[in-house]
Amino acid sequence: MRTLISPDGTVNDRLPLTLGQMKDLYADMVEARAYDRKSIAMQKQGRLATYAPFEGQEAAQIGAAAALNPDDWVAGTYRDAALMWRAGYSWRNLVAGRTGDERGGHPPEGVNVLPPSITVGGHMIHAVGLSWAEMLNRTGRIALTSFGDGATSEGDFHEAMNIAAVFQTPTVFLCQNNGFAISYPRSEQTRSETIAGKAAAYGMPGVEVDGNDVAAVFVTVTEAVDRARAGGGPTLIEAVTYRIGPHTTSDDPGRYRTEDKTEEWRRRDPLLRVQNLFESAGEWSPEWSEEIERRSVERIEEAVTEAEALPQPTRSEMFHRMYAEITDPLLNQLGEGSDG
Amino acid sequence: MAEMNLAQALNDGLDAALGSDDRVVLLGEDIGRTGGVFRITDGLLEKYGPDRVYDTPVAESGIVGAAFGMAIAGMRPVVEMQFMGFSYPAYDQVINHVARIRNRSNGRFTAPMVIRIPFGGGIGAAEHHSESLEAIYAHIPGVKVVVPSSPYDAKGLLLSAIEDPDPVVFLEPIRSYRAVKEDVPEIYFTVDIGPVRIERDGTDVTLISWGAMMKETRAAATGLEDDGISVEVIDLHTLSPLDSGGIVRSVEKTGRAVVVHEAPRTGGFGGELAAVIQERALYSLLAPVQRVTGPDTIFPLKRSESHYLPSVEKITAAARKTLED
Repeated sequence: MRTLISPDGTVNDRLPLTLGQMKDLYADMVEARAYDRKSIAMQKQGRLATYAPFEGQEAAQIGAAAALNPDDWVAGTYRDAALMWRAGYSWRNLVAGRTGDERGGHPPEGVNVLPPSITVGGHMIHAVGLSWAEMLNRTGRIALTSFGDGATSEGDFHEAMNIAAVFQTPTVFLCQNNGFAISYPRSEQTRSETIAGKAAAYGMPGVEVDGNDVAAVFVTVTEAVDRARAGGGPTLIEAVTYRIGPHTTSDDPGRYRTEDKTEEWRRRDPLLRVQNLFESAGEWSPEWSEEIERRSVERIEEAVTEAEALPQPTRSEMFHRMYAEITDPLLNQLGEGSDG
Repeated sequence: MAEMNLAQALNDGLDAALGSDDRVVLLGEDIGRTGGVFRITDGLLEKYGPDRVYDTPVAESGIVGAAFGMAIAGMRPVVEMQFMGFSYPAYDQVINHVARIRNRSNGRFTAPMVIRIPFGGGIGAAEHHSESLEAIYAHIPGVKVVVPSSPYDAKGLLLSAIEDPDPVVFLEPIRSYRAVKEDVPEIYFTVDIGPVRIERDGTDVTLISWGAMMKETRAAATGLEDDGISVEVIDLHTLSPLDSGGIVRSVEKTGRAVVVHEAPRTGGFGGELAAVIQERALYSLLAPVQRVTGPDTIFPLKRSESHYLPSVEKITAAARKTLED
């Protein structure tokens, strides 16, 4: 497993990132965590529907997204808010989506991030098709799809991996192996020693990376992205990480895992690790850290305010977003309503 | 004009689409080298090359899912499922993704793509090769479902489906592929998705069907006309969005309706049509709406096909029943 920065902050070999780059990645992870915390709080207050926390997975998501071009495609899941945001989605629309508003599914023009897939595994093949089209049109764009360890047991994983390899599409498969598919541990999910090892069966490179090491994730995804862009085909990356929180706000991890294990992973926290790196380099400043945290919270609060200020969706919008042009049956059914 | 059967008309339509729009690509199992199990894509790989016509691995869900991604990224993919019975692995992609992306993304992303599915029985095929479960596709909000019954319609509707900004499930009646020929324009033309086609004007009873069963329906109409009964024949040719107005107008005129489909009766699309008629034309009805359908059995193997498929006699009898006092 590839690690560049150990949990205590020591650098293995050489770090191919500048301190400035590391600070940017750290700041992005701080902002993502602020969103995660805020979302959990809002869910408890009844302001959000069920929420799937990603604490512990910030490095895997921010590191991967930072390796993409602004117009590359991303097809992720309900736990990928940090990835989607770093790839260009707005916090406002991520919050809006979780408040139960389809308008949250609309990324800004030019940002090629699909709204999250809620069903497990069916979206990996979309990245294959997206990047296939870009390959045919010679745009140089690639697609990254993110999924969990559980999704690799879906038949869809096999079909997506196989088709990507057969047609050598510029696709990056990013598995965030966070240890659990709801309650089902990774050790029972597959007899394969690693998920990365499955790549061999498809004839594509598979790389196992420390998913809590933002630098290692960034470098590994960058290599896969570069290879894809250069016509070298797809790559499977297994980012080994851990879901600190529950599967969703409706889940009780106490039923299937012990707190010791979670505590052990807390010590490998992706933010703490970069903090340790900065400290050992004499670059850590609590004032700077507090400042980016304050700014992050501000931005998230602003996004929440904007999302919650969106006007109540009309009944008509629900009918009109089904087809390019509303169909006669829908028009009739719309007419049956009270507020048209 | 050229005389074509339905299979040739579809081939001609795909040729026209590939020739006129660079965004059109074909994907499917065995569609390249062999031209597909029904030879609908015959010659297109040779003509347009391997960047336009793809033989794919045997992975229905993967084919539809990949085409979906291509469509979002600006292509106009047309995929082929070999038989309806083999399309169900891809049903998850259709119902959970293809049909939903416009809604899910609030209009930012769309999936203009066509999923071609040969369907229906009557060719003595193996199990799973005779399915007629169009209702499970028509039940999905967000896709359109089109069923041609004639060569002319097949080409025109196919080109409309490929042009359509939304995903279209395009059902091809296997039994009709090579059954009849008719004149089909060799030029690019379209037939509108939606409006029903009144094939025959009449005043006593309306027969409604689609796909392969149009053959028996037409034959029943001809027989009834010989007995002095004026029959209106509707080829529905679009199940979704349903042109309920076209059906209601006809039934208001005739006061009687018979719905014919080979799919199993329970939950079949005939139930939807009967419901529309009673909701909107009840006071025009002179008799209960009749359904002539396949039974709620598994589609049988060759030796029992005649026990299953609605016959001209059954359609005729149902129509006569509506005319009893």
